[in-house]
Amino acid sequence: MQEFAQQVVSGIAIGGIFASLALALVLIYNAMGLVNFAQGEMAMLATFVAFALINRGMSYWFAFPVTLVLAFVAGIAIQRLVIKPVERGPVLTLVIITLGLATLINGLAGFIFGYVPRSFPSPFSSDSIDLLGVFVSWRDLGVIAVSGLVLLAVYVLLQRTTVGLTMRAAAHHPEASRLLGVQVSWMLALGWGLASAVGTVSGIMVAPILLLEPNMMQSIIIYAFAAAVLGGIESPLGAVIGGILVGLTVNLAGAYLPGVGGDLQLAVGLAIIIAVLLLRPNGLFGRAATRRV
Amino acid sequence: MGRLRNSPPRYLLVAVVAVFLIGLPTVISSFQASEWAQALIFAIAIMGLNILVGYSGQLSLGHGAFMALGAYISAILVHRYKLDYLLTIPIAALATGVIGFLFGIPSLRLSALYLALATFALAVVTPTLIKRPAELTGGVQGILVLQPDPPATASDIFSAVTGTSMTSDQWIYYVSLLCLLLLFWLAWNLLRHRPGRAMRAIRDGEVAAAASGVNIAAYKTLAFGISAFYAGTAGSLYGLSTGFVSPDTFPVSLSIQLLVGAVIGGLASIPGPLLGAVVAYFLPIESNQWVPSQTWIPDQIASTLKNAGPAVSYGVLLILIMIFAPNGLVGLVRKGYDLLNRRLRGAGDREAGQLPQDPQTV
Repeated sequence: MQEFAQQVVSGIAIGGIFASLALALVLIYNAMGLVNFAQGEMAMLATFVAFALINRGMSYWFAFPVTLVLAFVAGIAIQRLVIKPVERGPVLTLVIITLGLATLINGLAGFIFGYVPRSFPSPFSSDSIDLLGVFVSWRDLGVIAVSGLVLLAVYVLLQRTTVGLTMRAAAHHPEASRLLGVQVSWMLALGWGLASAVGTVSGIMVAPILLLEPNMMQSIIIYAFAAAVLGGIESPLGAVIGGILVGLTVNLAGAYLPGVGGDLQLAVGLAIIIAVLLLRPNGLFGRAATRRV
Repeated sequence: MGRLRNSPPRYLLVAVVAVFLIGLPTVISSFQASEWAQALIFAIAIMGLNILVGYSGQLSLGHGAFMALGAYISAILVHRYKLDYLLTIPIAALATGVIGFLFGIPSLRLSALYLALATFALAVVTPTLIKRPAELTGGVQGILVLQPDPPATASDIFSAVTGTSMTSDQWIYYVSLLCLLLLFWLAWNLLRHRPGRAMRAIRDGEVAAAASGVNIAAYKTLAFGISAFYAGTAGSLYGLSTGFVSPDTFPVSLSIQLLVGAVIGGLASIPGPLLGAVVAYFLPIESNQWVPSQTWIPDQIASTLKNAGPAVSYGVLLILIMIFAPNGLVGLVRKGYDLLNRRLRGAGDREAGQLPQDPQTV
């Protein structure tokens, strides 16, 4: 029972990491109806930047926000340079471009930082504490706390501030927003910046667990897809709950299902994606798409 | 002044390309022939992807998985059941085609975006899925595929032309070329007639297509099945040409390489896949040979460039082509040809006196 509880806590922790990346996907999906295949790679590159900053002697808690700001700026730059020229293009074009971006960033990271896996520092100790008879590691608690804070910050930004309101308006009703004087294109860029920063949190949180290397996020992005699809791809709350559910499922399946250890956990992610798409394509919190013909 | 009234007859162009490809192994080394064989195999897989993505508008990012399926079916049939390899190619192709068709049925419910997402996940998971049934697939080690010796007649003809005996690499090249010609001929017939028109109609507007009496479900699943059939053929040949199949033969980057080829050549065109395959296949190989030979690049940078180069160049190519030339190389050629034609026509008409020399005097 105690072991089960520990698995649940670390499942929630890893779920928080998936949730951050899934939320980043949802933010961009809401802004322009596009799944950003480069989200994981953007987070990976930003994590490398954080690694470089910390290596130069910057303290962890200073490097963390600096990296987020850099990621935010980079997200805006990517939207302006690469996405804007094809903003109105067909989905096919946009998906291929984000895939090209993923390949490019992966290669760039390999070129600049090499392919040798590096250990990334964690600010939390790996000791455990006794919480009501369950031994929980500080690391898991720290990851849960940081992910929770970030998700809360995004919620407040989107729901309680004027900028957030404008961003949501620009995403849902671009024409009406334009008439009201909202600079829709820049709001989309802001969405990309925000998504980039939120995704980076998942990269920095997962790096101490997985070791930092250019292909680090390749499996995490699959879980994030699963989380976003499970939550209904347009719902930020759904992405968070989906992330935690996927984290729990993957962790518990790895621990208790015979034969699902190690690399086959990734197949659980694929199974979740396929099951949701076949059984409930709108996910848990998505609205059924109605189309007028 | 000459005037290009019509495009040159298509069959002439096709004949030139076919003669070039048939004659190629007689002038290049056996090793180069094996490289070209793989480029041709890529062309087959990319043609399949092109039918699915370019014509029917369903985005698959996991075509490497279908190639893996074809390769493993062939390899297992040869290895365990001692079938002749050439016989396993159609079996693998048909089996993969059927599975692709079945895969297409649930995909009907998915939007382009969800389909892209699911197939991408499939491509990422494929290597680990292959490893699991280890007795069947040989696990991480994979399966060795014995390369067949060329049959006597083919070998005789080849040595009569070149004076050297035919290697198995050269024989595999000709097998791949035969498959390529057959499958491109099939695609040409399919896409220029009713099924091709129906697929394009679905891609450009599903509702309008349905209103015009196109059976959407049938054509979409058909496109999936045919596409997988091509990928299965390519996979089977790929196993033959590399001499072994293993989980690492089919990484995600293979699926991306196929997509790059389809996009570079030009989506929804018939010569596009061949052009795209040659570029996508030889680009990393050539750049890997070029980089170390440049003395001005320091050794350490050269080695990382070797690893990262293909990814960077593929990424840049995908982005640039989608932004500036969405119809790929074929689109660029066509545009250049039209431009030339207009120029020439204008000049010809002026000389014939049909246009006034100076419009202001009229």
